[in-house]
Order: sequence, then structure tokens, then C-alpha cells
Amino acid sequence: MSTEQAIKTYREGARISDVDALVVEDLSVYYETDSGTVKAVDGVSFVLKQGERFALVGESGSGKTTLAMALMRLTRPPGHIANGNIILNGRDLTTIDEDEMRRARLSELAMVPQGAMNSLNPVMRIQNQIADGILDHLGENDDSPSKQQLQETVQDLLSRVGLRPGVARLFPHELSGGMKQRVAMAIGISLQPSLIIADEPTSALDVVVQRQIMQTLGRLQEGLDASIMLVGHDMGLVAQFADTIGVMYAGKLVEIGPVDEVFGDPKHPYTKLLIQSLPSLQEKKEFIGIPGLPPELIHLPQGCSFEDRCPSRFEKCSVEVPEKIGLGGRREVACHLYEAGGST
Amino acid sequence: MSTFLELEHVTKTFGSGGLFKSDSVTVAVDDVSLTIDEDEPSIVTVAGESGSGKTTLARLLLGSHVPTTGRMLYRGKDFTKLTRRERRSFRREIQPIFQDPFESYNPFYKVDHVLEEPIKNFKLTSSDSEKNRMIDEALEMVGLVPNETLGRFPHQLSGGQRQRVMVARALLLKPRVILADEPVSMVDASLRATILDSIRRLNRDLGISVVYITHDLTTAYQISDNIMVMYRGTVVEAGTVDAVIPNPQHPYTQLLVESIPQPDPKHRWGSEPPQQNWEVVDTDIIGCKFSDRCPAVMDQCHKVRPPQFLIEQHQMATCFLHEENKEMGSPDITSTFQMESETLKAAPRGD
Repeated sequence: MSTEQAIKTYREGARISDVDALVVEDLSVYYETDSGTVKAVDGVSFVLKQGERFALVGESGSGKTTLAMALMRLTRPPGHIANGNIILNGRDLTTIDEDEMRRARLSELAMVPQGAMNSLNPVMRIQNQIADGILDHLGENDDSPSKQQLQETVQDLLSRVGLRPGVARLFPHELSGGMKQRVAMAIGISLQPSLIIADEPTSALDVVVQRQIMQTLGRLQEGLDASIMLVGHDMGLVAQFADTIGVMYAGKLVEIGPVDEVFGDPKHPYTKLLIQSLPSLQEKKEFIGIPGLPPELIHLPQGCSFEDRCPSRFEKCSVEVPEKIGLGGRREVACHLYEAGGST
Repeated sequence: MSTFLELEHVTKTFGSGGLFKSDSVTVAVDDVSLTIDEDEPSIVTVAGESGSGKTTLARLLLGSHVPTTGRMLYRGKDFTKLTRRERRSFRREIQPIFQDPFESYNPFYKVDHVLEEPIKNFKLTSSDSEKNRMIDEALEMVGLVPNETLGRFPHQLSGGQRQRVMVARALLLKPRVILADEPVSMVDASLRATILDSIRRLNRDLGISVVYITHDLTTAYQISDNIMVMYRGTVVEAGTVDAVIPNPQHPYTQLLVESIPQPDPKHRWGSEPPQQNWEVVDTDIIGCKFSDRCPAVMDQCHKVRPPQFLIEQHQMATCFLHEENKEMGSPDITSTFQMESETLKAAPRGD
């Protein structure tokens, strides 16, 4: 067991390189509405290493999907990127023009969308949907591939996501939910992106299929040596899959750190409650949700957004927004409790 | 002990015969016998992956599918021979709660509509004040504040609130059985607790039996007393949750339990399990339906359908690995369940 453990640790260590694949700096996404500005994502910064599996968690409305869409630069009006930089492989995605961004999508960063089963075209055969992205990204000087070459590529992609060759000729309605999700993954990896964004890729699937899909996704990501950002609210899935976790609350990243450290010793009171409220198979206990509701993003409180639900709040929390504090290693938390002389 | 519903060797198949004769017959529910008792209300989980037949079983119980073979008895009487009046009382006594708490609403009506409609349809009362009192009472029972809920449109409520209004709607009819088909799978994890808690309280405080259909064994373990696990229409394992979930005996249940994403980075999944082979038509499988994916498969598994082996008083598995145990005397899987009277549970926490 211990040797096995050691090999596993070594592999995980080797998977993540020291190269920063993605640097997100002070990113804000605002929605301008008649009743005011909605700060859906507010000053979020984090770094993703090459080969790293980063999970972004938060409840509905915390801004996690908005952030994922902003990374793809798919934010729709009235939403807009108000501030910040998204640096992927050394290039700032917020400054490039739409045409260049269009080429970057799929080839440099690809998204496996939420409910991928609804993102396939119902009247197109699977092989054509997979080939579509490849053909669209041909440069002006590239020869278009022969039918044969395309077919081989499609077959290769299908086998990598664990689908049999016959699937190529089928239509989406002929596939199960898990198979459609696999097709979406095949499209996602078709141009070997260095960053895969997976937004709740398994939310509508049952446990065994969910596990198979996540394990396939992990295998593909390792094969490409890509980084992955998993967006979701299932803490169990995060614990199974990710290296690093970022916790979002009301548009802000409140805690970030290696998965085992954060699960073992959560720092932010919200993360603590989130982990405590998980039902487990070890013991039967009463369900404890987190009392209260998140604030409306249009009327954020003056101080910490979590203040009214927080069991450890003190005076400062209602007046001042907590800044991010480094706790050593890659751990950071945005909470007044951890400021020098902050707690009790 | 009086039985509310009984399934006797019920099988439901789809896709055979008729105008478009097809070769592929799907056996959605395969020879299932069970009993829902009303004097001994318990929460029973029906677990299984998509395509396991759990929703077909639910539709059979609701009377919206008729068994292909076998029969269903309502209070001892064959379901197909009920009078209009009996059918009506059946439809009041068993109430469904569905997966998507948004699709059950008409977006143009206020939420009051779904609460008023059953009162009107079943002529529960003709007085307005009595109607309002019933609605308020039902909402309070599921932990909602009536004047914060009524008068609103469905989109103005959260998913959790919408689903709890659906529970309140079911309650208005004072049902004996509530059938909840994946009631929390579309709801944010942090709101699931409140819905499951209100379902559990119905069982404990009002003595309503609950059939909880899910693929999520963690919540099943938390709220239910008994469980039956289905695979391709067959009940592969059944018993109390305390027996089955910590110590699953059928390889399929073991796979289900192992695949639960435990919120613990130190205990991660093992290797990737094989995919289900939907190419194989149900009627072509002679032996055990799980044999093509089973890690412990033996020769006879491909040839003979395994019978139900009773492992101990409260656990049975349909698997040859347990051949040394005796076969179940009665096919009724509910005989492995534990009823309220046998257990002394912690009192529910009211909040």
C-alpha cells in the first residue's frame, strides 16, 4: 500500500509542472442592469499550473459559471469583463481581437459545457459535429484534410473517449446521456487544447456513469498534459478529482488551496460549513444546511458578503471587505479571522 | 398489517409487437414483487442507474403503466378491476413528486394555482376560508411561510422552495403514500437538505409511506429505512439501508457504493469500471444481467438467472456468489425490510 501510495504521490507531483498555464488577475465581470451593477465576479485572481486540476466550487449564483464563460470570452451583454487580465500561455486573452479569440477557442482552451447533452446539434451525425470544429480551425494555408483523414481523426477521438466506432454515424438522440457527454469531450479535445474548462460535466448523470466520465476526462487531460478547470457544486466530485480547490462566494474567491489541505483543515467559515453539511456514508446525522441565503449581488453589504451567515463574525466583518491573505504554500483565504490580531 | 399496494410478479416490457414490429424488447421491470404497507409507514429507496427501470416501477405504482404480466393489487383488489370511485380514491391516496421543480408549474399561474387545483378537483372543501386554512397548514408543514410564498410566480421562488410547494401540494390530499422520483437531483446541494428533511418529517410525523427513487445512495442512506437496488429491471439487492449500504453483497451494489464521490481526497475511486453494454438486447440475456460487467463473474452466471438468496434477515441478493444461503421463501422483496415497529429511531428534530 505504501509503495503504491508513494508512486501515486510521485505521479501527481510529476503531473503538475511549475509552468503557469493560466494566470487570472483581478478579474471582474459586471452586469449593468436598470437597477444597478451586478458584480457577478469581483476581483478574482488565481494561477493554474500546467497539468493541474483546479476545481471551482460554489452554490448557484456564486459566479462560478460566469467566471468560466469569461475565460472563454463568451460573456454576453449586459455582462462585460469590467477589469482584469486572463493570461493563457503568456498571452492576455482580454486584449486580443474577436477573430483571434475565435481561433483560440477549441485549439487553446476548450469548454465541456454544462448539460452537454443539450449542446449537440440534434440533426447532425456525431462524426460531422466532431469534424466541424476541426474544419473551422483550418488556417488559410492549410490543405483541407481528405475525407479519409477526417474519418480517422474522428475514430481516434471516439476511441479515446471510450466510444465504439459505430457512434460516428449516429445522431445525438440515439445516444445515452453519458455517451453524449463523451461526444462533448471528444469535441473538446479535438484540437488538443492546453486548458479544458468543464462546467458541471456530470450533473445530470448517475453515480457510476459520473465516475466513468470523470475518470475518462482525467485520462484525456493527462494525455494532453493540459490543465483543467472543473466548475461545480459537488464537493464529493472535487475531492475525488481535483488537485486544487477554489471556493467562490457571492462573486469572490474566498479560499484557495490544495484539495487535501482544504478538506482536512478548511479555513474560511463558509468552506467549513460547506464541508460539514455534506451527507456522508460514515454516519447518519441530521441534515445541516447553511442557514440563510447568499446576498443579492446587486446590493452587496459594505463588509464581508458572508457576514450575516457567518458563525464567527465580529465587528470588523460588517465594515470592511476582507482582503486575501496568504497562509503559506498555495493556501489563501479572504477572512478577517486570519489577519494579524484579527481573531477573537 | 393492511397492505396498500401489492405488486405480484410484475413485468413491464416496451417495444414488442404492434404495427411496427421490432426485434428489440426492453424489459423495464422484470418480475418484481413488493408490498407497500400503510400501517407500517417506512421510507423505501429504489436505487439504480438510468435505464434500471426505477422510473417505470414508479409509473406502475402510480397506475400510469399497466403491468405486461403479473398484477397490481390496491387494497387487496386487482387494479384493473377497480370501480371509478376506487380509482379516484387511489389517485388521492398516492401522490407523486417529480424531479424538476420547475416543469411541474405553469409559469403563467401563481404558485397558489397548484395548491388550489387539487382541492377543487377532489372537492376537499367548498369554503374559501377552509381552503386557505388547508393551504397554509400544508405550507407550514414543509417549513414555508405562507404569506412569503403565496401570490408569487414560480420563477420568483428558489428551486428548493418550488420543490417544497410540490410537497405541500401532495400533502393537501392527505395521501397514504408519497412517491418521490429524484426530488432533489435538480436542486442545489445546499438546498437539498431542507427538501429531504421535509419528506422525512412527513413519514415520521404524519405516518405517510415514502417511495424515494434515486441514484444517490448517500441521501438514500440518510433518509430511508429500506432499499431495493435495481439493474436492468431486476431487483439485485434489497434490505435495510443499515445492512445493504455499509455491506453491499451484490457486485452491482458494490460498484454503486464505490462510485459515490466521497468528499474525502484521501479515499479516491479505484480504476475505471466497464461501461454498460446497451447493444445487448434484454431478451438475449439468459443468465445474470450484470454478468458482462461483473468483476466476480462465474460460468453459471452466463447460463442461469440467479434466484433471490436471503443473506440474513434483512438483506437479500440476486447473485450466485451467495448460493450457500437459502433462497427466499416468498418472492416479495419487502419481506427483507424492517418496519417501524421493529426499530426505535431517534426522534426527528423539528426546526
